[in-house]
Amino acid sequence: MTEHPTEYAYFLGCITPNRYPGIEAATKKIFTEFGIETKEMVGASCCPAPGVFGSFDMHTWLPVAARNLAIAEEMDLEIYVTCNGCYGSLQEADHLLRENPKLKEKTNKILGKFGREYKGTTKVNHSIVVLHDFIGLEKLKERITKPMNDVNVAVHYGCHFLKPREVRGHGSSETPYILEDLVKVTGAKDVDYKDKLMCCGAGGGNRTADSVQSLEWMRQKLVSAMEVGCDCMVHPCAFCHLQLDRGQAEMNKAFGTSFDFPILFATQFLGLAMGLSEKEVGLDAQTTTMPEKLLK
Amino acid sequence: MGTLYEDIIDYGGEVFGKEHLETLRECVQCGKCTGGCPSGRNTAFRTRKLMQMALVDMREEIFNAPELWFCSTCYTCYERCPKGVKVTDIIRTIRNLAAKEGHMSVPHRMIGVYVMKTGHAVPIGPAQMELREAVGLESQPPTAQHPQNKDQLEQVQTIFKTTGYDAMIDFDWDTMNLKGMDKGGKK
Ligand code: SF4
Ligand code: SF4
Repeated sequence: MTEHPTEYAYFLGCITPNRYPGIEAATKKIFTEFGIETKEMVGASCCPAPGVFGSFDMHTWLPVAARNLAIAEEMDLEIYVTCNGCYGSLQEADHLLRENPKLKEKTNKILGKFGREYKGTTKVNHSIVVLHDFIGLEKLKERITKPMNDVNVAVHYGCHFLKPREVRGHGSSETPYILEDLVKVTGAKDVDYKDKLMCCGAGGGNRTADSVQSLEWMRQKLVSAMEVGCDCMVHPCAFCHLQLDRGQAEMNKAFGTSFDFPILFATQFLGLAMGLSEKEVGLDAQTTTMPEKLLK
Repeated sequence: MGTLYEDIIDYGGEVFGKEHLETLRECVQCGKCTGGCPSGRNTAFRTRKLMQMALVDMREEIFNAPELWFCSTCYTCYERCPKGVKVTDIIRTIRNLAAKEGHMSVPHRMIGVYVMKTGHAVPIGPAQMELREAVGLESQPPTAQHPQNKDQLEQVQTIFKTTGYDAMIDFDWDTMNLKGMDKGGKK
Protein backbone atom coordinates (compact mmCIF):
# COMPACT_ATOMS: atom_id res chain seq x y z
CA MET A 1 0.00 0.00 0.00
CA THR A 2 1.29 3.43 -0.87
CA GLU A 3 1.84 5.87 1.94
CA HIS A 4 -0.37 8.92 1.63
CA PRO A 5 0.65 12.33 2.94
CA THR A 6 -0.65 13.42 6.33
CA GLU A 7 -0.20 17.09 5.57
CA TYR A 8 -1.72 19.00 2.65
CA ALA A 9 -1.97 22.45 1.13
CA TYR A 10 -5.68 23.29 1.04
CA PHE A 11 -6.53 25.14 -2.15
CA LEU A 12 -9.60 27.10 -1.07
CA GLY A 13 -10.68 28.69 -4.35
CA CYS A 14 -13.53 31.23 -4.19
CA ILE A 15 -16.91 29.74 -3.34
CA THR A 16 -15.86 27.55 -0.41
CA PRO A 17 -14.22 30.28 1.69
CA ASN A 18 -16.26 33.22 0.40
CA ARG A 19 -19.80 31.80 0.24
CA TYR A 20 -19.97 28.44 2.03
CA PRO A 21 -17.32 28.48 4.76
CA GLY A 22 -19.23 25.62 6.42
CA ILE A 23 -17.71 23.36 3.77
CA GLU A 24 -14.22 24.57 4.71
CA ALA A 25 -14.90 24.15 8.43
CA ALA A 26 -16.40 20.65 8.06
CA THR A 27 -13.54 19.44 5.87
CA LYS A 28 -10.81 20.79 8.14
CA LYS A 29 -12.49 19.36 11.27
CA ILE A 30 -12.87 15.90 9.78
CA PHE A 31 -9.33 15.85 8.46
CA THR A 32 -7.98 16.91 11.86
CA GLU A 33 -9.96 14.06 13.44
CA PHE A 34 -8.06 11.64 11.24
CA GLY A 35 -4.67 13.20 11.84
CA ILE A 36 -4.47 15.02 8.54
CA GLU A 37 -2.99 18.47 8.80
CA THR A 38 -4.16 21.35 6.63
CA LYS A 39 -1.85 24.19 5.60
CA GLU A 40 -3.20 27.40 4.07
CA MET A 41 -1.96 28.52 0.65
CA VAL A 42 -1.07 32.17 1.15
CA GLY A 43 -1.89 34.32 -1.85
CA ALA A 44 -3.76 31.67 -3.83
CA SER A 45 -6.32 33.11 -6.25
CA CYS A 46 -9.32 31.88 -8.19
CA CYS A 47 -8.33 28.49 -9.69
CA PRO A 48 -9.47 30.02 -12.29
CA ALA A 49 -12.79 28.39 -13.25
CA PRO A 50 -11.98 25.93 -16.04
CA GLY A 51 -15.21 26.13 -18.02
CA VAL A 52 -15.30 29.90 -17.66
CA PHE A 53 -11.73 31.16 -18.08
CA GLY A 54 -10.96 28.09 -20.17
CA SER A 55 -13.80 29.23 -22.42
CA PHE A 56 -12.71 32.86 -22.62
CA ASP A 57 -8.96 32.58 -22.92
CA MET A 58 -7.09 29.37 -22.16
CA HIS A 59 -3.79 31.24 -22.52
CA THR A 60 -4.75 33.28 -19.45
CA TRP A 61 -6.43 30.41 -17.61
CA LEU A 62 -3.27 28.29 -17.70
CA PRO A 63 -0.70 30.65 -16.10
CA VAL A 64 -3.16 31.65 -13.35
CA ALA A 65 -3.68 27.96 -12.54
CA ALA A 66 0.07 27.31 -12.78
CA ARG A 67 0.75 30.10 -10.30
CA ASN A 68 -1.56 28.41 -7.80
CA LEU A 69 0.20 25.09 -8.35
CA ALA A 70 3.55 26.82 -7.83
CA ILE A 71 2.45 28.05 -4.40
CA ALA A 72 1.85 24.46 -3.27
CA GLU A 73 5.14 23.37 -4.81
CA GLU A 74 6.95 26.02 -2.78
CA MET A 75 5.29 24.54 0.32
CA ASP A 76 6.49 21.11 -0.79
CA LEU A 77 2.99 19.70 -0.32
CA GLU A 78 0.27 17.99 -2.29
CA ILE A 79 -3.00 19.87 -2.70
CA TYR A 80 -6.55 19.06 -1.68
CA VAL A 81 -9.63 20.89 -2.92
CA THR A 82 -13.33 21.08 -2.04
CA CYS A 83 -14.68 22.16 -5.41
CA ASN A 84 -14.88 20.33 -8.74
CA GLY A 85 -14.08 23.59 -10.51
CA CYS A 86 -10.80 23.91 -8.61
CA TYR A 87 -10.16 20.21 -9.13
CA GLY A 88 -10.90 20.49 -12.83
CA SER A 89 -8.76 23.54 -13.32
CA LEU A 90 -5.70 22.67 -11.28
CA GLN A 91 -5.54 19.02 -12.22
CA GLU A 92 -6.02 19.76 -15.91
CA ALA A 93 -3.38 22.50 -15.85
CA ASP A 94 -0.95 20.19 -14.08
CA HIS A 95 -1.69 17.44 -16.61
CA LEU A 96 -1.18 19.69 -19.64
CA LEU A 97 2.01 21.27 -18.30
CA ARG A 98 3.55 17.91 -17.45
CA GLU A 99 2.87 16.61 -20.94
CA ASN A 100 4.11 19.59 -22.89
CA PRO A 101 7.57 21.04 -22.13
CA LYS A 102 7.12 23.90 -24.58
CA LEU A 103 3.91 24.96 -22.90
CA LYS A 104 5.63 24.75 -19.53
CA GLU A 105 8.44 26.97 -20.76
CA LYS A 106 6.01 29.55 -22.10
CA THR A 107 4.00 29.51 -18.86
CA ASN A 108 7.11 29.85 -16.72
CA LYS A 109 8.16 32.90 -18.70
CA ILE A 110 5.05 34.62 -17.37
CA LEU A 111 5.45 33.31 -13.81
CA GLY A 112 9.12 34.35 -13.93
CA LYS A 113 8.05 37.98 -14.08
CA PHE A 114 7.33 37.74 -10.37
CA GLY A 115 9.87 35.11 -9.47
CA ARG A 116 7.70 32.00 -9.49
CA GLU A 117 8.09 28.76 -11.35
CA TYR A 118 5.89 25.78 -12.07
CA LYS A 119 7.97 22.61 -11.68
CA GLY A 120 5.47 19.79 -11.72
CA THR A 121 6.18 18.55 -8.21
CA THR A 122 2.79 18.74 -6.53
CA LYS A 123 -0.31 16.61 -6.95
CA VAL A 124 -3.92 17.74 -7.01
CA ASN A 125 -6.26 15.64 -4.87
CA HIS A 126 -9.95 15.99 -4.27
CA SER A 127 -10.80 16.01 -0.55
CA ILE A 128 -13.38 13.30 -1.22
CA VAL A 129 -10.69 11.03 -2.63
CA VAL A 130 -8.53 11.72 0.42
CA LEU A 131 -11.47 10.55 2.54
CA HIS A 132 -12.30 7.51 0.45
CA ASP A 133 -8.89 6.24 -0.61
CA PHE A 134 -6.43 7.64 1.90
CA ILE A 135 -8.33 7.69 5.19
CA GLY A 136 -10.45 4.79 4.04
CA LEU A 137 -13.94 3.50 4.69
CA GLU A 138 -12.96 1.30 7.65
CA LYS A 139 -11.57 4.18 9.66
CA LEU A 140 -14.45 6.42 8.68
CA LYS A 141 -16.96 3.84 9.83
CA GLU A 142 -15.42 3.67 13.29
CA ARG A 143 -16.14 7.37 13.80
CA ILE A 144 -19.81 7.34 12.83
CA THR A 145 -21.63 8.18 16.05
CA LYS A 146 -24.94 9.31 14.57
CA PRO A 147 -25.79 6.80 11.85
CA MET A 148 -28.05 8.05 9.06
CA ASN A 149 -30.03 4.81 9.04
CA ASP A 150 -33.33 5.92 7.57
CA VAL A 151 -32.00 8.61 5.26
CA ASN A 152 -32.33 8.26 1.47
CA VAL A 153 -29.57 10.08 -0.34
CA ALA A 154 -29.38 11.29 -3.93
CA VAL A 155 -25.72 11.38 -4.87
CA HIS A 156 -24.68 14.18 -7.22
CA TYR A 157 -21.16 14.07 -8.67
CA GLY A 158 -21.03 17.26 -10.62
CA CYS A 159 -19.02 16.98 -13.82
CA HIS A 160 -15.36 17.69 -13.30
CA PHE A 161 -14.91 15.21 -10.48
CA LEU A 162 -15.16 12.28 -12.90
CA LYS A 163 -14.66 13.76 -16.35
CA PRO A 164 -12.63 13.71 -18.47
CA ARG A 165 -11.63 10.23 -17.27
CA GLU A 166 -8.18 10.45 -18.89
CA VAL A 167 -7.30 13.34 -16.55
CA ARG A 168 -9.27 12.46 -13.40
CA GLY A 169 -8.42 8.78 -13.22
CA HIS A 170 -11.40 7.64 -11.14
CA GLY A 171 -12.53 4.98 -13.59
CA SER A 172 -15.89 4.97 -15.31
CA SER A 173 -17.82 8.21 -15.36
CA GLU A 174 -21.04 6.26 -15.94
CA THR A 175 -20.79 3.87 -12.99
CA PRO A 176 -18.97 5.77 -10.25
CA TYR A 177 -18.76 4.53 -6.65
CA ILE A 178 -16.75 6.92 -4.46
CA LEU A 179 -19.60 9.11 -3.19
CA GLU A 180 -21.95 6.14 -2.93
CA ASP A 181 -19.42 4.43 -0.64
CA LEU A 182 -19.08 7.53 1.54
CA VAL A 183 -22.86 7.83 1.86
CA LYS A 184 -23.30 4.16 2.73
CA VAL A 185 -20.59 4.26 5.37
CA THR A 186 -22.90 6.52 7.42
CA GLY A 187 -25.69 3.95 7.27
CA ALA A 188 -27.70 6.01 4.79
CA LYS A 189 -29.18 4.56 1.64
CA ASP A 190 -27.76 5.54 -1.73
CA VAL A 191 -30.76 5.84 -4.05
CA ASP A 192 -30.43 5.73 -7.82
CA TYR A 193 -32.45 8.31 -9.74
CA LYS A 194 -33.09 9.26 -13.32
CA ASP A 195 -30.89 12.31 -13.68
CA LYS A 196 -28.16 11.21 -11.28
CA LEU A 197 -25.30 11.88 -13.70
CA MET A 198 -26.72 15.12 -15.03
CA CYS A 199 -24.88 18.40 -14.64
CA CYS A 200 -26.27 20.97 -12.14
CA GLY A 201 -26.41 23.47 -15.00
CA ALA A 202 -24.07 26.09 -13.61
CA GLY A 203 -20.75 25.32 -15.29
CA GLY A 204 -19.02 26.71 -18.34
CA GLY A 205 -20.49 30.16 -17.84
CA ASN A 206 -23.97 28.76 -18.51
CA ARG A 207 -25.34 30.14 -15.23
CA THR A 208 -23.97 33.55 -16.16
CA ALA A 209 -25.12 33.32 -19.79
CA ASP A 210 -28.74 32.53 -18.89
CA SER A 211 -29.53 31.85 -15.26
CA VAL A 212 -33.19 30.84 -15.66
CA GLN A 213 -32.32 28.33 -18.35
CA SER A 214 -29.52 26.92 -16.19
CA LEU A 215 -31.87 26.67 -13.20
CA GLU A 216 -34.23 24.58 -15.31
CA TRP A 217 -31.56 21.86 -15.61
CA MET A 218 -31.32 21.80 -11.86
CA ARG A 219 -35.09 21.74 -11.43
CA GLN A 220 -35.28 18.59 -13.54
CA LYS A 221 -32.50 17.00 -11.57
CA LEU A 222 -34.06 17.79 -8.18
CA VAL A 223 -37.48 16.57 -9.28
CA SER A 224 -36.03 13.27 -10.45
CA ALA A 225 -34.40 12.80 -7.03
CA MET A 226 -37.55 13.76 -5.15
CA GLU A 227 -39.71 11.45 -7.26
CA VAL A 228 -37.91 8.39 -5.90
CA GLY A 229 -38.14 9.53 -2.29
CA CYS A 230 -34.74 11.04 -1.65
CA ASP A 231 -34.40 13.12 1.51
CA CYS A 232 -31.36 15.12 0.45
CA MET A 233 -28.57 15.52 -2.07
CA VAL A 234 -24.91 14.89 -1.22
CA HIS A 235 -22.17 16.15 -3.55
CA PRO A 236 -18.44 17.03 -3.72
CA CYS A 237 -18.47 20.52 -5.28
CA ALA A 238 -18.71 24.03 -3.83
CA PHE A 239 -19.79 25.44 -7.19
CA CYS A 240 -22.60 22.88 -7.54
CA HIS A 241 -23.50 23.77 -3.95
CA LEU A 242 -24.02 27.40 -4.92
CA GLN A 243 -26.28 26.42 -7.79
CA LEU A 244 -28.15 23.66 -5.93
CA ASP A 245 -28.63 25.52 -2.65
CA ARG A 246 -28.92 29.22 -3.42
CA GLY A 247 -30.26 28.36 -6.87
CA GLN A 248 -33.39 26.91 -5.27
CA ALA A 249 -34.35 30.33 -3.94
CA GLU A 250 -33.67 31.86 -7.36
CA MET A 251 -35.65 29.11 -9.01
CA ASN A 252 -38.61 29.54 -6.68
CA LYS A 253 -38.65 33.20 -7.59
CA ALA A 254 -38.30 32.61 -11.32
CA PHE A 255 -40.74 29.70 -11.61
CA GLY A 256 -43.13 30.37 -8.74
CA THR A 257 -42.21 27.04 -7.12
CA SER A 258 -41.53 26.26 -3.46
CA PHE A 259 -38.55 23.89 -3.50
CA ASP A 260 -36.61 23.35 -0.29
CA PHE A 261 -34.59 20.23 -0.97
CA PRO A 262 -31.64 19.79 1.45
CA ILE A 263 -28.21 20.12 -0.17
CA LEU A 264 -25.06 18.96 1.62
CA PHE A 265 -21.41 18.89 0.66
CA ALA A 266 -20.06 15.39 1.40
CA THR A 267 -17.99 16.50 4.42
CA GLN A 268 -21.00 18.33 5.87
CA PHE A 269 -23.00 15.12 5.60
CA LEU A 270 -20.20 13.02 7.09
CA GLY A 271 -19.68 15.68 9.74
CA LEU A 272 -23.27 15.34 10.93
CA ALA A 273 -22.88 11.54 11.03
CA MET A 274 -19.70 11.99 13.07
CA GLY A 275 -21.55 14.09 15.63
CA LEU A 276 -20.78 17.62 14.49
CA SER A 277 -23.68 20.04 14.85
CA GLU A 278 -25.61 21.70 12.04
CA LYS A 279 -24.04 25.00 13.07
CA GLU A 280 -20.48 23.67 13.17
CA VAL A 281 -20.70 22.63 9.51
CA GLY A 282 -22.55 25.78 8.46
CA LEU A 283 -25.77 24.07 7.41
CA ASP A 284 -27.86 26.45 9.51
CA ALA A 285 -26.63 29.38 7.41
CA GLN A 286 -27.63 28.23 3.95
CA THR A 287 -30.77 28.48 1.83
CA THR A 288 -32.15 24.96 2.09
CA THR A 289 -33.27 23.67 5.47
CA MET A 290 -32.16 20.41 7.02
CA PRO A 291 -34.86 17.97 8.13
CA GLU A 292 -34.91 16.55 11.68
CA LYS A 293 -33.97 13.20 10.23
CA LEU A 294 -30.50 14.43 9.41
CA LEU A 295 -29.95 16.24 12.69
CA LYS A 296 -31.25 13.90 15.36
CA MET B 1 -7.03 34.24 -39.99
CA GLY B 2 -7.55 30.86 -41.56
CA THR B 3 -10.66 28.75 -41.71
CA LEU B 4 -12.35 28.16 -38.37
CA TYR B 5 -10.95 24.62 -38.35
CA GLU B 6 -7.41 25.91 -38.89
CA ASP B 7 -7.83 28.52 -36.17
CA ILE B 8 -9.10 25.90 -33.73
CA ILE B 9 -6.03 23.77 -34.37
CA ASP B 10 -3.63 26.73 -34.15
CA TYR B 11 -5.03 28.52 -31.14
CA GLY B 12 -6.06 25.54 -29.04
CA GLY B 13 -3.27 23.30 -30.29
CA GLU B 14 -0.65 25.12 -28.30
CA VAL B 15 -2.43 24.19 -25.07
CA PHE B 16 -4.17 20.89 -25.82
CA GLY B 17 -1.87 19.61 -28.58
CA LYS B 18 -2.90 19.72 -32.23
CA GLU B 19 -3.86 16.03 -32.46
CA HIS B 20 -6.34 16.50 -29.61
CA LEU B 21 -8.30 19.07 -31.59
CA GLU B 22 -7.79 17.44 -34.98
CA THR B 23 -10.22 14.78 -33.75
CA LEU B 24 -12.89 17.19 -34.98
CA ARG B 25 -12.26 15.79 -38.46
CA GLU B 26 -13.32 12.32 -37.27
CA CYS B 27 -16.89 13.42 -36.53
CA VAL B 28 -19.38 11.22 -38.41
CA GLN B 29 -22.45 13.21 -37.37
CA CYS B 30 -23.97 10.31 -35.43
CA GLY B 31 -25.59 12.64 -32.89
CA LYS B 32 -24.63 10.71 -29.77
CA CYS B 33 -23.23 13.93 -28.30
CA THR B 34 -26.54 15.72 -28.72
CA GLY B 35 -28.39 12.70 -27.32
CA GLY B 36 -26.69 12.97 -23.92
CA CYS B 37 -26.32 16.73 -23.76
CA PRO B 38 -28.20 18.37 -20.86
CA SER B 39 -28.21 21.62 -22.77
CA GLY B 40 -29.63 19.99 -25.89
CA ARG B 41 -32.56 18.78 -23.82
CA ASN B 42 -33.31 22.29 -22.64
CA THR B 43 -32.13 24.74 -25.28
CA ALA B 44 -31.72 25.11 -29.03
CA PHE B 45 -28.03 24.22 -28.68
CA ARG B 46 -27.11 21.14 -30.75
CA THR B 47 -23.65 19.71 -30.19
CA ARG B 48 -23.63 17.62 -33.39
CA LYS B 49 -24.70 20.60 -35.43
CA LEU B 50 -21.99 22.78 -33.91
CA MET B 51 -19.33 20.23 -34.88
CA GLN B 52 -20.57 20.24 -38.47
CA MET B 53 -20.85 24.02 -38.59
CA ALA B 54 -17.24 24.25 -37.40
CA LEU B 55 -16.12 21.82 -40.09
CA VAL B 56 -17.82 23.75 -42.88
CA ASP B 57 -16.48 27.07 -41.60
CA MET B 58 -19.69 28.77 -40.50
CA ARG B 59 -17.71 31.07 -38.26
CA GLU B 60 -20.03 34.06 -38.07
CA GLU B 61 -23.16 31.93 -37.58
CA ILE B 62 -21.48 30.13 -34.67
CA PHE B 63 -20.05 33.26 -33.08
CA ASN B 64 -23.30 35.19 -33.28
CA ALA B 65 -25.56 32.51 -31.79
CA PRO B 66 -26.21 32.77 -28.03
CA GLU B 67 -26.31 28.94 -27.93
CA LEU B 68 -22.51 28.80 -28.14
CA TRP B 69 -22.54 29.80 -24.46
CA PHE B 70 -25.15 27.25 -23.32
CA CYS B 71 -22.65 24.40 -22.95
CA SER B 72 -21.83 23.77 -19.29
CA THR B 73 -18.60 21.92 -20.19
CA CYS B 74 -19.99 18.79 -18.53
CA TYR B 75 -17.86 16.48 -20.74
CA THR B 76 -20.67 13.97 -21.30
CA CYS B 77 -20.27 14.24 -25.08
CA TYR B 78 -16.48 14.09 -24.76
CA GLU B 79 -16.71 10.83 -22.83
CA ARG B 80 -19.28 9.21 -25.06
CA CYS B 81 -18.26 10.16 -28.60
CA PRO B 82 -17.70 6.88 -30.47
CA LYS B 83 -15.10 8.56 -32.69
CA GLY B 84 -13.06 10.09 -29.90
CA VAL B 85 -13.85 13.66 -30.87
CA LYS B 86 -12.66 15.88 -27.99
CA VAL B 87 -15.91 17.81 -28.17
CA THR B 88 -15.78 19.89 -24.98
CA ASP B 89 -12.24 21.12 -25.60
CA ILE B 90 -13.19 21.96 -29.18
CA ILE B 91 -16.14 23.98 -27.89
CA ARG B 92 -13.93 25.80 -25.38
CA THR B 93 -11.48 26.62 -28.17
CA ILE B 94 -14.25 27.94 -30.43
CA ARG B 95 -15.41 30.13 -27.54
CA ASN B 96 -11.87 31.46 -27.10
CA LEU B 97 -11.83 32.49 -30.75
CA ALA B 98 -15.28 34.08 -30.44
CA ALA B 99 -14.22 35.99 -27.32
CA LYS B 100 -11.08 37.25 -29.06
CA GLU B 101 -13.27 38.66 -31.81
CA GLY B 102 -15.40 40.53 -29.31
CA HIS B 103 -18.28 38.07 -28.85
CA MET B 104 -18.38 38.16 -25.08
CA SER B 105 -21.32 39.30 -22.97
CA VAL B 106 -20.97 41.93 -20.25
CA PRO B 107 -21.78 39.44 -17.43
CA HIS B 108 -19.07 37.11 -18.77
CA ARG B 109 -16.60 39.98 -18.95
CA MET B 110 -17.49 40.97 -15.39
CA ILE B 111 -16.14 37.65 -14.09
CA GLY B 112 -12.73 38.80 -15.34
CA VAL B 113 -13.24 42.17 -13.64
CA TYR B 114 -13.72 40.48 -10.26
CA VAL B 115 -10.60 38.39 -10.68
CA MET B 116 -8.48 41.38 -11.74
CA LYS B 117 -9.82 43.44 -8.83
CA THR B 118 -9.74 40.86 -6.06
CA GLY B 119 -8.04 37.72 -7.37
CA HIS B 120 -11.37 35.92 -7.11
CA ALA B 121 -14.33 35.35 -9.41
CA VAL B 122 -16.47 35.25 -6.28
CA PRO B 123 -14.94 37.73 -3.82
CA ILE B 124 -15.71 37.99 -0.11
CA GLY B 125 -17.74 40.78 1.53
CA PRO B 126 -18.58 41.73 5.12
CA ALA B 127 -21.64 39.42 5.37
CA GLN B 128 -19.59 36.40 4.36
CA MET B 129 -16.87 37.30 6.85
CA GLU B 130 -19.50 36.89 9.56
CA LEU B 131 -20.46 33.51 8.15
CA ARG B 132 -16.83 32.45 8.44
CA GLU B 133 -16.59 33.58 12.05
CA ALA B 134 -19.78 31.70 12.87
CA VAL B 135 -18.11 28.41 11.93
CA GLY B 136 -14.92 29.30 13.79
CA LEU B 137 -12.76 30.41 10.86
CA GLU B 138 -10.63 33.53 10.41
CA SER B 139 -12.87 36.28 9.07
CA GLN B 140 -10.86 36.46 5.87
CA PRO B 141 -8.94 33.59 4.28
CA PRO B 142 -5.25 34.19 3.41
CA THR B 143 -5.99 34.23 -0.32
CA ALA B 144 -5.09 36.86 -2.95
CA GLN B 145 -7.93 39.11 -1.77
CA HIS B 146 -6.60 39.44 1.79
CA PRO B 147 -5.37 43.02 2.42
CA GLN B 148 -2.03 41.59 3.57
CA ASN B 149 -1.51 39.93 0.20
CA LYS B 150 -1.52 42.90 -2.17
CA ASP B 151 1.73 41.67 -3.71
CA GLN B 152 0.06 38.35 -4.48
CA LEU B 153 -2.89 40.05 -6.15
CA GLU B 154 -0.43 42.05 -8.25
CA GLN B 155 1.02 38.79 -9.55
CA VAL B 156 -2.41 37.74 -10.78
CA GLN B 157 -2.89 41.15 -12.38
CA THR B 158 0.48 40.83 -14.09
CA ILE B 159 -0.69 37.62 -15.75
CA PHE B 160 -3.84 39.29 -17.09
CA LYS B 161 -1.81 42.21 -18.43
CA THR B 162 0.79 39.95 -20.03
CA THR B 163 -1.72 37.82 -21.90
CA GLY B 164 -3.82 40.81 -22.94
CA TYR B 165 -6.94 39.61 -21.17
CA ASP B 166 -7.48 43.12 -19.82
CA ALA B 167 -7.61 44.57 -23.35
CA MET B 168 -9.79 41.71 -24.59
CA ILE B 169 -12.58 42.55 -22.16
CA ASP B 170 -11.99 46.34 -22.31
CA PHE B 171 -10.82 46.60 -18.74
CA ASP B 172 -9.96 50.05 -17.42
CA TRP B 173 -7.18 49.97 -14.80
CA ASP B 174 -8.12 53.46 -13.58
CA THR B 175 -11.69 52.63 -12.66
CA MET B 176 -10.98 48.90 -12.15
CA ASN B 177 -14.07 48.19 -14.21
CA LEU B 178 -15.06 47.71 -17.84
CA LYS B 179 -14.56 50.82 -19.93
CA GLY B 180 -17.60 53.06 -19.89
CA MET B 181 -19.24 51.14 -17.03
CA ASP B 182 -18.94 54.20 -14.78
CA LYS B 183 -21.18 55.98 -17.25
CA GLY B 184 -23.59 53.05 -17.22
CA GLY B 185 -22.60 52.02 -20.75
CA LYS B 186 -21.60 48.68 -22.17
CA LYS B 187 -18.39 49.59 -23.96
S1 SF4 C 1 -20.84 11.90 -30.91
FE1 SF4 C 1 -18.87 12.37 -31.89
S2 SF4 C 1 -19.02 11.55 -33.99
FE2 SF4 C 1 -21.11 11.61 -33.17
S3 SF4 C 1 -21.88 13.63 -33.88
FE3 SF4 C 1 -21.03 13.94 -31.83
S4 SF4 C 1 -18.91 14.60 -32.17
FE4 SF4 C 1 -19.66 13.68 -34.09
S1 SF4 D 1 -19.96 19.33 -22.62
FE1 SF4 D 1 -21.41 20.85 -23.44
S2 SF4 D 1 -21.98 20.03 -25.44
FE2 SF4 D 1 -21.06 18.34 -24.32
S3 SF4 D 1 -22.79 17.29 -23.35
FE3 SF4 D 1 -22.03 18.79 -21.86
S4 SF4 D 1 -23.26 20.65 -22.18
FE4 SF4 D 1 -23.52 19.32 -23.99
